[in-house]
Amino acid sequence: MSRRSREKLYFALFRGCGALVVMALVTIIAYMLIGGIGAIDLDFLTEPPRASNTRGGIFTPLIGTLYLMGIVAAFAIPVGVLSAVYLVEYQKQGRMASFWRIVVANLAGVPSIVYGLLGLGLFVYFLGFGRSLLASGLTLGVLVLPIIIAAAREAIQAVPPSVREASLALGATKWQTVRHHVLPYAMPGILTGVILSLSRAAGETAPILLTGVAFYMSGTPGSVFSQFMALPYHIYAVATQTISGMSGNLMVYGSALALLALVIGMNIVAIVIRKRYREKYRW
Amino acid sequence: MNIDLSNMTKGLRPFRARPGARRELEGLPRALLLIITLISASTLLMVAGFLIFNSVPAFRSIGLAEMLLGTSWDPTSHIRAAFGMLPLLAGTFLVSILASLIAIPVGIGCTIYLAEIAHPRVRAFLKPAIELLAGIPSVVYGLFALLILQDWLAGIFGLSSGYVALNGGIILAVMMVPIMVTLSEDAIASVPRELREAAYALGATRWETMRSVVLPAALSGIVAAIILSIMRAVGETMAVLMAVSQTPLLTLDPFSGVQTMTATIAIEMGETAVGSIHYSALFAVGTVLFIITLIMNTIADLVMRRFSEAYQ
Amino acid sequence: MSQIEVRDLNVWFDKNHALKNVNMDIEGKRITAIIGPSGCGKSTFIRTINRMNDTIPSCSVKGSIKVDGNDLYGEDIDVTQIRKRIGMVFQKPNPFPKSIYENIVFAPRIHGVRDRKALDAIVERSLRRAALWDEVKDRLDKSAYNLSGGQQQRLCIARALAVEPEIVLFDEPCSALDPIATAKIEDLLIDLKNDYTVVIVTHNMQQAARVADTTAFFYLGELIEHGDTQRLFEKPDEKLTEQYITGRMG
Repeated sequence: MSRRSREKLYFALFRGCGALVVMALVTIIAYMLIGGIGAIDLDFLTEPPRASNTRGGIFTPLIGTLYLMGIVAAFAIPVGVLSAVYLVEYQKQGRMASFWRIVVANLAGVPSIVYGLLGLGLFVYFLGFGRSLLASGLTLGVLVLPIIIAAAREAIQAVPPSVREASLALGATKWQTVRHHVLPYAMPGILTGVILSLSRAAGETAPILLTGVAFYMSGTPGSVFSQFMALPYHIYAVATQTISGMSGNLMVYGSALALLALVIGMNIVAIVIRKRYREKYRW
Repeated sequence: MNIDLSNMTKGLRPFRARPGARRELEGLPRALLLIITLISASTLLMVAGFLIFNSVPAFRSIGLAEMLLGTSWDPTSHIRAAFGMLPLLAGTFLVSILASLIAIPVGIGCTIYLAEIAHPRVRAFLKPAIELLAGIPSVVYGLFALLILQDWLAGIFGLSSGYVALNGGIILAVMMVPIMVTLSEDAIASVPRELREAAYALGATRWETMRSVVLPAALSGIVAAIILSIMRAVGETMAVLMAVSQTPLLTLDPFSGVQTMTATIAIEMGETAVGSIHYSALFAVGTVLFIITLIMNTIADLVMRRFSEAYQ
Repeated sequence: MSQIEVRDLNVWFDKNHALKNVNMDIEGKRITAIIGPSGCGKSTFIRTINRMNDTIPSCSVKGSIKVDGNDLYGEDIDVTQIRKRIGMVFQKPNPFPKSIYENIVFAPRIHGVRDRKALDAIVERSLRRAALWDEVKDRLDKSAYNLSGGQQQRLCIARALAVEPEIVLFDEPCSALDPIATAKIEDLLIDLKNDYTVVIVTHNMQQAARVADTTAFFYLGELIEHGDTQRLFEKPDEKLTEQYITGRMG
């Protein structure tokens, strides 16, 4: 075989791999779309599930998921962003710095079910929050923390040193420099990371399974200490625990489609922000 | 209007910190930030702490060797409860290997296509699409495996049930690919242009340049990407839980049901009493899982660091 | 008494001895140029005058620099006060990615000016002083990034002048600019010395000859010679200076 035709053969193979990946994406989304589009209407979004999750809508699980995201945001955004500020702007280079780097990298690799165990041990029993919205929200908050830290750190590092020098040379303190310059310019990058991590939190099932999600509840949670329904667990529960049949399948595909729309929508927003930001600050 | 800012400070002792001035305020954010950072860093210690703390009773009453090497996992047996983790380790190993066998070649092929062959316009669409694939919740993958993929498998291989290890392996492969592609594409993109140009200038074809120059140069980055994507498979819960009929058999048969470590925790934790041996044993499973991922992460980190040292 | 008195100044970056026993007097309301081959420590030197080197962790400084008799490296010194009164303009224009107006008012604001009218007045005065007002007065709310390189550098000068410093340090301010923009900055420098003490690092000997009253020549971290510009260029005392000026080194 000549060099040229060998190259053609390999390239065809690689193209095939690319096509396969696209096909996987298209197939999965298509099945959810075809299976679920018939379920989705305004009632589906605004009515609670009925008849042990085989009929009705997804209002309760949807609200539960939104509440969860709220708790995650309230905890993980300030802690994550400020940690990143400390690591980039205040932490001196050296052994401690590489220690932090390793800690954050390792946190990102811990399986979500292990975070669930942490949540169970720490929030549910040790701190006594019980199986609750708060325990699950904090568990997910801890889970996305490394994602937010990594994104924020990258965004802060991308702000060129010359900007910091300009500010310091005018007599600004370090904190003023961070607050008035570094953080605002890094904000789009931070925002991208925050949105991605919230979408990750919205889709996680295993951690909330251990820390407070309910199979069925008659209403939305009354306080952060009550149990809750959540969209991803609702999908799992309906898919595996109800008698499968047409109505059940429509419910489950509809719920999956709603979750996909939520998560993919957030991902697209993040991509758009990132693109805009690259155009805005070309250092 | 005439403002003379210099008058604001000239009367004061030059350069001296004014009493109660900003200098003290400057220490405050620093201290606060440090505390917050300690909180976030301590989560790793807390994860480790709670896992070990809660798994000690199980290790103590069952014995370390019996737990790690025992060949039977039957925690609810009325006759004699068994807490041997080997079947669970085998289950996790089997689905992860199956997934890797599929995902590594496809992922690398897709990466090369994306990095070197695809038209820039195709690339501009494909890269975010693959990132989206990484963003899809695992429960949706699990649902696909549960309702559709297993049907296909049962049909193709003539199985009575499609909920076999292979079903989990395939769906995990779909989940691994985006991570691998995104990370290894970065590695390939950061191979310096000059290297490629040197090869082209010697008359190498694109494929020869890639095979003999670009891929070796990006190798450690690609290896790290592979390790990190395998970690995703090892740590995944919902997709395997829904794709595979969870039966704790000590087997490497891709057409058998198996039980992974993650799924074990997810299924059984709800049925255990707090403080029981079973409860503690599940934490022990988590501890082993945690240690496995720490080791893999460390290896990936070392490989990656070697890569970034080579090209900076 | 000179306005700036440098005594036994030594600077290290880790083990690298970047400035060695520098003693130098800089007169007020004049332009002092610092010349020398790259790596001679000239940038390091002016960055000790507003303590910008403090931001580099590996840097350590020994010796003293007195400004109007007050030691910058003494105890209980607020570096933000130093930097407020000793402004700096950098090699590459580094405006903030904000509006022209916001660039100027940042420093007055953090130093306590809140009144909108006062800030407006500072903006106009600083921009006029930096010979930029007529070019930008109609677009103060536009991003500073839309300005040309030379305009950006004059904006950075205006930004430094906004807090009424007594000394302004220039670290190769024209190295990224074209000849026309450079000429404008040089005119501005000569004009500024009526009100400010100017210290400028330059790798361009003609520039030093054109604008500076006195010139100092640094070589390998040492101050070789410092004196009247014309005299230093025509009849240097030191052999090294002569070699550098005549282009046999550097």
